[in-house]
Amino acid sequence: MADTAITMRQVTPDIAEGGDADPALSARLDVLDLPAGGFTAAARKDALARLRAVGLPKPRDEYWRYTNPAAFNAPVPDPIPLAEQGPDSPLFLERKRLTLVFVDGAFDAAASDDLALEGVEVGLLSTADADETHWSGEIYGRLEAAAQERVARPMAALNTAAARDGVLVRVTGQPSKPIHIIHRRKDESADVYYHHVIRLEPGAELTLLETGMTGARSNFVAEVDLAEGARFHHITAKRAGHEKLGWGGVFARVAAEAVFKSFTLSVNGTMMRHEAIIDIVGDDAVAHVAAAVLGDANRGPFHHDDTVFITHSAERCESRQVFKKVLKNGAKGIFQGKILVEPGAQKTDGYQISQALLLDEDSQFLGKPELEIYADDVQCSHGSTTGAIDETALFYLRSRGVPRDRAIVLMVLSFLADALEEVEDESLREEISDRLDAWLTRHA
Amino acid sequence: MLKINNLHAKLEDEDKQILKGVSLEVPAGEVHAIMGPNGSGKSTTSYVLSGRDGYEVTDGSATLYGEDLLEMEPEERAAAGLFLAFQYPVEIPGVGNMTFLRTALNAQRKRRGEEELSAAEFLKLIREKGKALNIDADMLKRPVNVGFSGGEKKRNEILQMAVLEPKMCILDETDSGLDVDAMRLVADGVNALRAPDRAFLVITHYQRLLDHIRPDVVHIMSDGKIVKTGGPELALEVEQNGYADLLSEVA
Ligand SMILES: Nc1ncnc2c1ncn2[C@@H]1O[C@H](COP(=O)(O)OP(=O)(O)OP(=O)(O)O)[C@@H](O)[C@H]1O
Ligand SMILES: [Mg+2]
Repeated sequence: MADTAITMRQVTPDIAEGGDADPALSARLDVLDLPAGGFTAAARKDALARLRAVGLPKPRDEYWRYTNPAAFNAPVPDPIPLAEQGPDSPLFLERKRLTLVFVDGAFDAAASDDLALEGVEVGLLSTADADETHWSGEIYGRLEAAAQERVARPMAALNTAAARDGVLVRVTGQPSKPIHIIHRRKDESADVYYHHVIRLEPGAELTLLETGMTGARSNFVAEVDLAEGARFHHITAKRAGHEKLGWGGVFARVAAEAVFKSFTLSVNGTMMRHEAIIDIVGDDAVAHVAAAVLGDANRGPFHHDDTVFITHSAERCESRQVFKKVLKNGAKGIFQGKILVEPGAQKTDGYQISQALLLDEDSQFLGKPELEIYADDVQCSHGSTTGAIDETALFYLRSRGVPRDRAIVLMVLSFLADALEEVEDESLREEISDRLDAWLTRHA
Repeated sequence: MLKINNLHAKLEDEDKQILKGVSLEVPAGEVHAIMGPNGSGKSTTSYVLSGRDGYEVTDGSATLYGEDLLEMEPEERAAAGLFLAFQYPVEIPGVGNMTFLRTALNAQRKRRGEEELSAAEFLKLIREKGKALNIDADMLKRPVNVGFSGGEKKRNEILQMAVLEPKMCILDETDSGLDVDAMRLVADGVNALRAPDRAFLVITHYQRLLDHIRPDVVHIMSDGKIVKTGGPELALEVEQNGYADLLSEVA
């Protein structure tokens, strides 16, 4: 089916039915050329209805108090010069991997490898959506919708309605190499939406690497469905540049004995918000979400928000949230992390730590940990700290001859170490750590 | 080698004078001990010499080989040959012992215009030095001092000293918290480093350490000043009679 654009005029009656038109939302949708979708058509329609029902995020919404949604709500982003892009991040380029390149959120076949990897079926939303049915139809927009029952996530619903491309990956085996998605930019005003669906069948394994920079503004959703005993590692390195505006949401469903692990490295960006919504639904499953964020506001504002919601509804599961932010020159970091333990989710082991290292007095961190527990035999802990460089440790290093700048880099790396530990593969971890080291050294 | 003359220092943020005219001189090849009651300013002297923030030098001077120490950054002092074994070695989670020490050594060498050591050369060096101090590969892999026992931390200080080969070594109560065997290891480590072009300033409360590391000169510090200087017998006197007699004698 060809992409039939649903314009605002066509959908206006729905708003009239809802009664309360949100002019900001109308303006937002007006400039979008929403695809009708093939197998995703129903999901897109539902998403639009959800979005209309809740409206765009407002500063008074519970999870938008610390992050002003204005820039996400604006109909179009301000352009960002392409010069900000530079070459691809050098991360992971030397590895054996299946490379998929997206330019402003659209798949670039010429720049990508053939979509062939043993044990994996790699598809694309842009091509698959011409069909009326697809395996990912059971997931596309569905995990996102389920998560909305607890907390409204309008940006995610907008994505489901608007996204035209993204990977549809189904893994049945244990591929010998990771998939590496590289994002590039071409249009300095692009407002980018992409949507991945990832399904790991029982016992399957996948490492997904994602690097690069996309759009003047980006909005991504990844829906990750892990069957029994599957193991998924998602490692993202966002090299946002200084003027980047982005919202992203990962929605995961984790079945029994499955393992979900994500690590995100974010370097700079004007206004970034990452959400991770994870439902642990099977016994003995594991979900870890970690991030290392480096923000320097020397060339303009820096605001980075991580918002996490992990729900335990099965027994003996483990969840870990490890968030570390290094903030400089008035940068602002936010962490909102929730652990919800449903009745019956006994022996839950939930852990959450959010920490900020403020390199000056102008930077700011707000941590909002939440625990909501309805089972009696669980172990949940959380902590949030904000601190400066430990002067005693700094002196100790310098007294051994380590120059001040180098000592600070070592201490920043040491601060980030717990988050990096969440990258299970040692060689990946070392590569990321080396890159971080080089970056910090250049920016000391 | 090290010359401290009439050194006065106060706390930076408080109107509190701690060093009130410290003078002493340690020639190359010698071992000097500083003893003195708690709070008399021994650690402060070592911090001011090595350049820790928080103190303001209000008068006096300190030179190493004639170079003004007080004008240098802490890392420059280290490269100039000064080393302080801390009374309370610092834990630095996330920074590996090896990374730390190799970074330190190579930074010092670079500053002095010497060739940096490769990873392999460094590994060989640290294994060899570690062995003598009973510090195994596992400890070396761990983050700096994290999870080390009190005695292990002190041994790690001496290991750093052995690897960095400084000219002027200040040891601040390296003996406290050591069991008898560890004390011997530490003393052996120090004695192995004794050389005609190297000097030691050993801060201690106990004669015990000085049995192993024989000092040439003993200084007694009280209330921010060196109040008495003598031979090894001064340490024995402190051990037997405490400070009361000594201090009333000089008062
Ligand atoms: N940063 C500081 N803030 C407040 N007081 C300080 C500070 N540094 C040193 N002092 C004070 O200065 C005095 C000297 O302290 P210092 O640690 O040098 O003593 P010391 O001779 O090493 O004692 P000890 O034998 O107990 O190790 C003490 O009264 C101590 O409380
Ligand atoms: Mg002391």
